[in-house]
Parts: sequence; C-alpha cells; structure tokens
Amino acid sequence: MQNRIIGQVKRVNGPVVIASNITDARMMELVYIGDIGLVGEVVKLENGQATIQVYEDTTGIAPLDNIYTSRGPLSVELGPGLIGSIYDGIQRPLEDLRAASGDFITRGQKASPISHQKLWDFTPSVKEGDTVAAGTIIGKVPENDNVMHCIMVPPRSSGGKLSFVEKEGRYNVDHVVARIAGAAGEEEVTMCQKWPIRTPRPAKARLALNVPLITGQRVIDTLFPLAKGGTVAIPGGFGTGKTMTQHAIASWCDADIIVYIGCGERGNEMTEVLREFPQIIDPRTGHSLMERTILIANTSNMPVSAREASIYTGITMAEYYRDMGYSIAIMADSTSRWAEALRELSGRMEEMPAEEGFPAYLPTRIAEFYERAGMMENLNGTTGSVSVIGAVSPPGGDFSEPVTQHTKRFVRCFWGLDKGLASARHYPAISWLDSYSEYVPDVQTWWDGRSGGSWSADRQTIMELLQKEVRLQQVVKLVGADALPDSQNFIMEVCKMFKIAFLQQNAFDDMDKYCKVERQIKMLRIIIRYYELGSEAIKGNVTLVKIRRLNVVQDIARMRGIEDLDKLMLRLEHSMKQLGELYE
Amino acid sequence: MNELDRKKLSAREYRGLSKIDGSLVFMKNTHPVGYNELVELIDPDGNHRIGQVLDTSDQAVCVQVFEGTSGLNLPDTKLHFMSEPIKLGVTERMLGRVMDGMGNMRDGIAPPKADKLCDINGSPINPTSREYPRDFIQTGISVIDGLTTLIQGQKLPIFSGNGLPHNELAAQIARQAKVRGSKSDFCIVFVAMGIKYDIARYFISSFEQSGVLDKVALFLSLADDPSIERLITPKSGLTLAEHLAFDLDKQVLVIMTDMTNYCEALREVSTLRGEIPSRKGYPGYLYSNLAELYERSGKIQGKTGSITQLPILTMPNDDITHPIPDLTGYITEGQIVFDRELHSKGIYPPISSLPSLSRLMKDGIGKGMTREDHPHLANQLFASYSHVKEVRNLASVIGEEELTELDHKYIDFGDFFEKKFINQASDEDRSIEQTLDLGWQALSILPEEELQRLTDEEISEHYKGGE
Repeated sequence: MQNRIIGQVKRVNGPVVIASNITDARMMELVYIGDIGLVGEVVKLENGQATIQVYEDTTGIAPLDNIYTSRGPLSVELGPGLIGSIYDGIQRPLEDLRAASGDFITRGQKASPISHQKLWDFTPSVKEGDTVAAGTIIGKVPENDNVMHCIMVPPRSSGGKLSFVEKEGRYNVDHVVARIAGAAGEEEVTMCQKWPIRTPRPAKARLALNVPLITGQRVIDTLFPLAKGGTVAIPGGFGTGKTMTQHAIASWCDADIIVYIGCGERGNEMTEVLREFPQIIDPRTGHSLMERTILIANTSNMPVSAREASIYTGITMAEYYRDMGYSIAIMADSTSRWAEALRELSGRMEEMPAEEGFPAYLPTRIAEFYERAGMMENLNGTTGSVSVIGAVSPPGGDFSEPVTQHTKRFVRCFWGLDKGLASARHYPAISWLDSYSEYVPDVQTWWDGRSGGSWSADRQTIMELLQKEVRLQQVVKLVGADALPDSQNFIMEVCKMFKIAFLQQNAFDDMDKYCKVERQIKMLRIIIRYYELGSEAIKGNVTLVKIRRLNVVQDIARMRGIEDLDKLMLRLEHSMKQLGELYE
Repeated sequence: MNELDRKKLSAREYRGLSKIDGSLVFMKNTHPVGYNELVELIDPDGNHRIGQVLDTSDQAVCVQVFEGTSGLNLPDTKLHFMSEPIKLGVTERMLGRVMDGMGNMRDGIAPPKADKLCDINGSPINPTSREYPRDFIQTGISVIDGLTTLIQGQKLPIFSGNGLPHNELAAQIARQAKVRGSKSDFCIVFVAMGIKYDIARYFISSFEQSGVLDKVALFLSLADDPSIERLITPKSGLTLAEHLAFDLDKQVLVIMTDMTNYCEALREVSTLRGEIPSRKGYPGYLYSNLAELYERSGKIQGKTGSITQLPILTMPNDDITHPIPDLTGYITEGQIVFDRELHSKGIYPPISSLPSLSRLMKDGIGKGMTREDHPHLANQLFASYSHVKEVRNLASVIGEEELTELDHKYIDFGDFFEKKFINQASDEDRSIEQTLDLGWQALSILPEEELQRLTDEEISEHYKGGE
C-alpha cells in the first residue's frame, strides 16, 4: 500500500480500534488498518490517540499493526452506473466482491463502486465559453432505458467560464468532459465525483411539500398520505409486515428512483428484492423496477459499523439524483438496527449511555438523517425531492422505546403497524387508530383537484366513523351487538366493509397490489355513498338485515376485484332507491 | 509486524496470569496478539484447554476460556497464542458421532480424519450469491405444513416455554421432514446448549428408533458443562453444516436447543467484562451476535445443498417480548409459537397459529408446489380462527346462550380446528393433501358467505357445507 502510515494499533475491542502514535489524523478520516487493509473511520482524537471504527471484522488485528491514511473522509463515488447495482454499507459492489472472493464475503476486499472501464454515451448540453456554477448540468448520459443521468459540475466548484467541452461520444467516467477556467485556476470535470457521506449535498432552497407520493396502497394514500420530500416512520413488532410494506412501496410508488437500504436485516429479503425487481415491470415507465433501483445490503451478520454507515451512503446517492431533478424515495429497513449499531459502537468506546444503553446523541443523529429529506430547489435550478420511509423495529413491539419515540419527533407521518391486525392477516397491518399524517392539509388540494372536491370530506367522514366504531365495539363487548339500534349497527357494518374492501390489500393479487388514484377515489366514494344511503334508508325504517341481503352489498365487499366501479356505483344507487320505495 | 513474524511468535509459551475472573483470564506483557485468535492453555495438571482473545492491547490480553477456568492458577498456567482464529476440522464422517461443543469426540472412539479446516466464525454469505428459498418441506404436521410452512433454507425458531413439548415437536420434524419428489434425505446437525442429559438422551433414542442416527452429528454441551462452552457449540455445529451443505451438496437440518442458554452465557461474559448492558442485562450486541448464527442458513446459487435452521428457545416466563425471543423474531424468517392454554387442553402440538408465521411460505406454496388452493385456504383459516377468538371473548362476557347462530358456528369451527386440525399424534405423518382437506372440512362448518378470502372456484371445488 502506497499510503502513508499515520499510527499504530494500541488496542482492539471488536469493531473499535484504539490507535497510538498518531501523527496527523483528522476526524472522520478514512483509514486502512493492518497489512490486510481493513477500512475504518476516525471517530475520536485525544492526546496522540485515535479511536477508529472499523467497517470489517477485526479478527487477527494486533497491537503494533500499522494504520494508513486514505487522505480523505468516507465518501461515495457518484456517476453513471449506480442504478441497478447492489452495494454493501460502504458502497462496495457486492457483485464484484462475489466475482473476486466467491459466495462468502472475505475481508480487506477493495472494489470500485462504479465501473471505470465502461463507456457511456455522453451528449454535452453546454458549449465552450458558457459560464457555469456549482451544480450546472453540462451533459447527459443515458444510464439505462429509464434514467437519464445528468453530468453536473461538482457542488464545491467555484464555477467560471468553460474553456473546453468534450464532443458527443462514448467515454468512461474518468474522461475529462469539460474544463472550467475559474478564479482559482483550471478545473477538470469528469463524469464521476466523490462526496463525503456524512455531509448533506447543498441545495438552493427548501420548497413546500404539496404533492403526495402515490404508493398505490389505499390505506396510505387515502388515509395517511406521504408528501414527496416528506418523512415517515413505520414502526412495528416482528411479523407485522414492515418489510412487506416497504417492498410494496418500493415496487409501486411514483418516485423516479428508489434507494433501498437493507440495514441489518435478513439476507434472504435482499435476495428477494434482487430476484424479484428485475422481473416486475413498472406500469408507469414500462421498464423493469431494477432500472430505477439502487440496493444497499448490509445484512444483520455483516459488520456492524458498516451498518451504521449504510444509511448515510444511501441518502448521499439519493441526494445526487435529486440534484438532477428527480424525485427519490429511500426505504431504510430498519433504522432501529442502525440505532443499535450506534449503541454497540458507543458501548465499545465506553461512552456514558443515556436511555436503554443508547448514546445521548441518538436523537441528534436521527434528526440529522431525517432532515436530509425534502423537496429542494437545486443549485442548478431544477426541483428534486428525497422522501424517507424509515422502518422502526421496536423491541417487543413497544412504541414507547427510545428509537420510536425520538423518530416520532422528527417525522411528520407515522404508519403504526398493529400486531392484532397482522395475526388476523389484515394486511397492510397499518393501524387506523395509531397512525397519523401531518401532510393531509398539504396534499388536500392535489387530491381534491382529482376527485372533484369530494376527497377531503369523504376522508374526514370515514375517519370519524372509524373512531365511532371503536366506542361502539366496546359497548358490543359488554352487551352484545343485538342491544344496539340498527343505525349504530350499520356504522359497524360500514366500517367492517371499509376494512375488508378498502383497507386490506393483497400484495400478491395482480389486480389488487397496486391501486390507482382514480380507483381509490371511486372506492372511497362508494363506501361513503353506501353509508349515506344506508343511514337514510334506516331512518325510513328499512331494517339492517334487508340492506345486508342486497346483492350489491356483497359485491361492494368484493370490489377490490371488480373492474367497473362506475357500474357498481349505479347499481348501489338503484338498489337502495328500490329498497326505499318498497318501504314507503 | 507481518504474518510470518507472528507465526514464529506463536511458538512462545507464556506463564503467569495476572488475573482470573470467571471464565476470563488476563495476561500482561505478551507480544502483540491478534483479536479473536485461538489460545491454547495448559493448566497446572498438564491438560489442554482452548480459549479466544476477547480484547487485546499493548498492555494486556483478555482470553475467554471455553472449558471454564476451574483448576487454573495464576503462576503455573501456560499460554500459547496461536495467531489464527479457532478452526474446526470438518468431515462427512462426523455424521453419526457425538461431540462436545468444540468438536472433540465424546463417544470414546477415535476422531475421524478431517477433510478441511474451517474458521468456526464463518463469513457472511454475499447477498447476491444467495438463492431465494422456495422449496416446500413437508413435516407431516398439519399446523406447520398448512399455516406456517417450512421452506428449505429457512430459519424458523420454535418459541416455547418450560414444560411444553418443544423437544417432541423438534424430534418429530427431524424424523418426518422431507422434500416431496426428491430422494435426497436430510442430514441433521443437532446442537445442544446447556440442556439436561436426559433431553439429549431423548433425542438420541428418537433418532435411533427411526434409524436416522447415522445421519446425525450431535454437538452436546450439557447443563453440567461449563456455560462458556455454549458460546462455541452452535458455531461448531454450523461450521459442519456449511461444509455438508455447500461443499457436499447435502440438505442439512440444524436443530439448536436451547438458545436461551446461549444468550445467558453471552450475558455472563459481557457482565464479567463490565460492558454497558442494554435490555435486561443483555449486551447491546446480542442482536448482531444472534444474527451471526441465524444468518448462516439458506441456499447458494448453483449449489444444491441447503441449511435449514430450527432453533428452539424457551421464553422466560412465557414472555414473547423478552429480548431473546424478540431479537430472534426480528432475525428469523418467522416463528412457531407455543401456547400453554392449548397444551393444557391436551392438544399436541400446542402451536398457537395466530402469532406463528412463516415469512417464506408465500413463495413456497400454491400451484405446482403444494396445491392451488393452499394460499387462500391458509388465509381464510387464519381470518376465521382469529374471529373465533373474538367470539369466545364475547361468549365469556354475555354467555354462550346469547350468541347468534353464526357465532355458534364459529365456536364449532374453532373446536374442530383445534381438536382435529391442529391436534395430531406425535407419530402421525400427514401428507399436505390430508392437511388441506382437513382445513376444508373445518371451513365447511361455516356458511359460505363467511369465506371471503376464497375464490368461487375454490369454494365450489372443495367446500362441503352450507346445506
């Protein structure tokens, strides 16, 4: 290794190494440990000693082993070729590691995150003599059939006049495609740039969030919508379907690019995404889902420090695509594992713990991460968004634990998963009582514009009914359903119908797994109409049994599989009218 | 310092410990010793023990001794630092043998010659190399096959409690498990951590009776063995399993019992080292540590072998939110949960089907794998049975007489489901068709309108009630 030695190992305790004789190390500097060259990061400096967090298994590292500098902080490499790749927590491409070391991951492997040999079709979008600044798009590269990759002036450039722009042609990522004659001298721009993962990429301004991220999941879009650029937490005990919900959103949401971070989760789950996504065709673009997805897999048995880094690696890549003007959705599954990695490292560094052994800086770190989401006006004037969907795995399914509580402080949308619903196989098991979305007023205009104004009122009605149902159910538990008047029993009936026909969604059914906006609006309308007409009929002395027996009511319960909802609506109006006339 | 120098230093013998504390010993003034490396100790009586470096610095080295520290003294204990991680010699000929936690023969017969030396810590499988598991294993147990289907390459733990028949169930699965349409049988790696001798004996005689003992490798670290040995036992077992599955293309079933004892040994060491605990005194790295065991299962592309794990753990005080079952559930692909109430009703296996789950089931059942109606049928059984629980609650408040006719049908369905579908003899091997037909028989008690998760075709083909 040609790198300079900056110190020696003094003590090894799991993934934490203390180094002594430190000559000049910087905080957050990337270092290599021992002749095997394990990757580590300096996290503390004190009296000629450095504490280093190591991203690989430290077996065999001994005192007096040398520590080498990499001359920079832990960074990701950004350029064409990211989409469709699968990386570990510190952006090593797993496919390349596999080619180099076989089916099991060995230590000290080095591999370049993006190919430096592959040639890309570059088309310039500026010409010599133009003035450019940080972020300016100077050319385009079709990354695949789906994503047009913009080559940008790096964000830290001081800008200036272009003294050279490369012609259209095929080049590798290291090829100089432009030169900027700036105040500080000439600067070369290639198709690839580096960015430190712990620093947010700059943007010009934050914009208001008023467009919903459509996920095709009814309970989310209609009841608890997420805005593009927003943040949401999905907490749930094991087996409640966090991963299933994340998969469904990653598959069907209308973001341009998905960054899926498997942070300390199961190996087979990542394999599932890896095998499935290339097969699924995105209905909006006609291309396979893998052509818009970047995967980061740092499974539970991979080194714990790399797990800590993985979410920063993911969000930095997302910000890079945001700078091109895309909307990106990040799935972080699960942020609890990330917090536990923080706890483990903090414990090894013998820091004073706060709650449940978590370090006192846990809330700060959570806040920093979620604040990197947002709808931004980029340096180059385009608008892009990063939405963060973070799963939380509370121990024992108890939402009062520190990670869930602190996360709740920094997200504006909360999809609480319920164990009871999951055991009844009501999926997605998102509880309509615990969940909330502060984005409802923000996205209301958007939805009302598409529903002819009915959406917010309908949503409000059904939320109220669901609340009423809880109280009614308590009564029923005490005295039985027969004791309630028909009008109240009908509310329970409508809520039951709403749960079966609307809230439940079968992720394995071709027709049901994705529900379009128009369809969601219509389905909600049908339920509300059923409630309105039914209540009226009951006032007109129609019995509940009669309403229940209507054929059309059976069909509403099954409307998830019914193509023509307009016809169903007409039949509903017609049948209820007939029923009403019968009683007059 | 390079590799060669260090190899030479491993010949050095150190004498004179500075401290012995529980299962840990400390040695000062050594040459630079690598983290996690193997240590050989020679106690004052001349017996060899092995240990592992837990913490190393230029001041002192902390070694965890797997055979325990009783009988060691400070001046006369000798140490060799072997400058390599702990390795296990593995071979197919270990099948049919009884070993201790470190792979030494316990049966008094000469050890077989090892084909390969493997680091017992293993390495993570590259997620891109994994093959997504989707081959159905028929266990012959209705509630598992029908509702919590076991898939080849899955890790599916049994969450049990003290006094519940988890051992009978594990033995039954081990006897009956088969992949339909394939001739290759399972070989079994049985890992015992801190269990009583008679339980180990029960498993051995059960394997003997069914004639599979020569396909079982037993790693026993029993209740009277040093607790620290439990930390290495599952690693030894899984190292052999990896050799059998990925070098020799075998289907391996790993039964690990009892994971609770493993976690307790981990807590013991952590406390000794004065580490900051997280929940209930368990170390913060319990999750990562368990994941390093559980994730050593699965299938690899291009290889026909597989490792299926069946860890058994007893939930302290039947509490599923206790850190051990909780963290296990977050790592494994589902769980089989035992229910004391079913057990006291005399139902075997007392599996509570609602909290039980198999995450890999969805891709391993249905047309071409089990039967076309299986996914919807399972879904309907779950939904209906969960309604039974509500009705029973209601009945306990307002009395059974007050229930509606429909509610009574649900009660009947629930009884049939528990007594006929879940309940079976410990030697009864039901085919998946028998299981599914039983499920339909149960659902036929309910009126057709209640079966909203089944398609009309499925109902017309299988539903027999409604008259």
